[in-house]
Amino acid sequence: MTIAIDTLVTPDLVALDLASADRRGIIEVLAGRLVAAGRLTDREGFVEAVWAREQETGGTGMESGVAIPHAKHLAVTQASVAVARVPGGVDFGAEDAPADLVFLIAAPAGADDVHVTVLSKLARRLVHESFRTALREAPSPEAVVTILKEQIQ
Amino acid sequence: MKLVAVTACPTGIAHSAMAAEALEVAAREAGHDIEVEIQGAAGGPGLLPTTIAGADAVIFAVDAGVRDRERFAGMASVEVRTRRAIDHATEVIDQAVDAARQAPARDAAAPASPMSTAAPTGASGAEQFRIWLMTGVSYMLPFVVAGGILIAIGFAIGGATRVTGVEDWPSLGDVFSSKLALGALLFKIGAVAFSMLVPVLAGYIAFGMVDRPGIAPGIVAGLIANQLGAGFLGGIVGGLLAGAVVMALMRIKVRGPLAKMMPVMVYPIVGTLVTGALLVLVIGNPIADAQSGLTGWLTDLQGTNAVLLGILIGAMMAFDMGGPVNKAAYAFGLASLDSGNFAVMAAVMIAGMTPPLGLALATVVRPQLFTFGERESGKAGWLLGLSFITEGAIPFAASDPIRVIPSLMAGSAAAGALSMAVDAQSRAPHGGIFVLGLIEGKLGYLLAGVVGTAVTAAAVVVLKSLGRDREAASTEPGGVTDASASGAKVVPSGA
Repeated sequence: MTIAIDTLVTPDLVALDLASADRRGIIEVLAGRLVAAGRLTDREGFVEAVWAREQETGGTGMESGVAIPHAKHLAVTQASVAVARVPGGVDFGAEDAPADLVFLIAAPAGADDVHVTVLSKLARRLVHESFRTALREAPSPEAVVTILKEQIQ
Repeated sequence: MKLVAVTACPTGIAHSAMAAEALEVAAREAGHDIEVEIQGAAGGPGLLPTTIAGADAVIFAVDAGVRDRERFAGMASVEVRTRRAIDHATEVIDQAVDAARQAPARDAAAPASPMSTAAPTGASGAEQFRIWLMTGVSYMLPFVVAGGILIAIGFAIGGATRVTGVEDWPSLGDVFSSKLALGALLFKIGAVAFSMLVPVLAGYIAFGMVDRPGIAPGIVAGLIANQLGAGFLGGIVGGLLAGAVVMALMRIKVRGPLAKMMPVMVYPIVGTLVTGALLVLVIGNPIADAQSGLTGWLTDLQGTNAVLLGILIGAMMAFDMGGPVNKAAYAFGLASLDSGNFAVMAAVMIAGMTPPLGLALATVVRPQLFTFGERESGKAGWLLGLSFITEGAIPFAASDPIRVIPSLMAGSAAAGALSMAVDAQSRAPHGGIFVLGLIEGKLGYLLAGVVGTAVTAAAVVVLKSLGRDREAASTEPGGVTDASASGAKVVPSGA
């Protein structure tokens, strides 16, 4: 059984043109979106889990300008991805490469394999520059979701 | 060559998958076969024992322990963090190939292959500073382009010296009947856009530092910088100050109902008051003093070596582009006009034209040294420079002042000196290509402009390249060069 990516990310989980120089701030904003969408019940607990992962790995940012902060947490009611585009870039631990595309991945604690597979497909696509460019240039949250839907099957 | 790889990360969702994809793409590009086992939640089937036995080398791209590592015992191997495999997959593949070639010396490559040295460091102070400036500049850029182009077209239609003299907004009838009125309309709208450069720069530098609460204090700081005549450098100071003040206010921990008041009342009121008061009381007077002092100093220098004067005027024009130093040079040019010396104004004009022109040239010669936004505004720089709209250089200067401002000063100093040396004369208190008819000694004057433009472009290319090399050397202990990093970019598979 396969799951469509648009069950994981909806336009209200996409924040374009966020401006913050603070990694934690971005994570909190995106976690807030997950709470508002009813996909997360404990914002602070989840942010702490994500933060711990950031500290432990030295940051989830990559030189391509993508960062994928993520955690599995009991408070996640539904596997989700929240997306932020940060034109000014924000440090996610990659040397000299502030992240301008941030994907906050929230997985439920009891790892649900079908959802995890979709998340991994998303992660794989992010390696490709054309995909990143399309996301960077998407004019609206709806367009971001459409691109994700087209590219991840 | 046949390779196998194991990727693993603690959650087994994201980085292990990205590393697998990056290694697969890079290996395919280099003409090698690779099979990857992703360990973790998303892991598919493991590597078959026959596949492992047939492989020349194994790559471990892992942030966690490798499950069943003994399967690979004795093989040539490379072990890196997932992030290195994602960012520099091509090099990791090369390392694995090298390791395989050095076999049968078992595990010879392992100590030679550095683990990713990516340390959990936050952004350094300088980097943080640059990000704040870049945020401000990115929001300012549309105002520069809109204002600059409208003013330039207004000059072209109505004449540079005439449109600037129009006092009132033209009426609809005027605009259709008079070229001057149409030019003035464009000029005045452009001028309004320009009046927002410094406020927007300051406001969004503060926004970059502390988010929304920074905007009001920052924009007010920029408006005050305008009124003080402090130019864009004053705007940068104002924006940083506003951000710092709000940052300090945010540190104050408040509980209860007062906590809700902080963002609504306290940040805007106290932030704006403290920032504004500091700007006016601490920076305001020195700026006024500096401007009148510099003008007086230049007057004293009048009659000394003309070329030296040209160098000074040129450097001053490019230093703060609309700030007190620039204005002092311009005021001195006006005073010289009144006293019948037309050479100084010519030097002022040409020195004000070369900054955008030189930067435009640099973005063409070495596009890779500039961001996408800078390359685009470089295109507008040609028209802005030719129109004596020095502000076209501000986005470049504001995002990288240490390297850009000295370059602009060098080029403008060269232009000013040459203009004085050939004794070009300008009777108009305005510059640009549109008043070229009023210039005496056109050939030498144009030569001064060309030389100044070339000097600016050369200086900015050299300084930006130097800075870049040093940064690359200090942040890449593995000796990774830009070229090889870009070589690791993948070809879209179009899947």
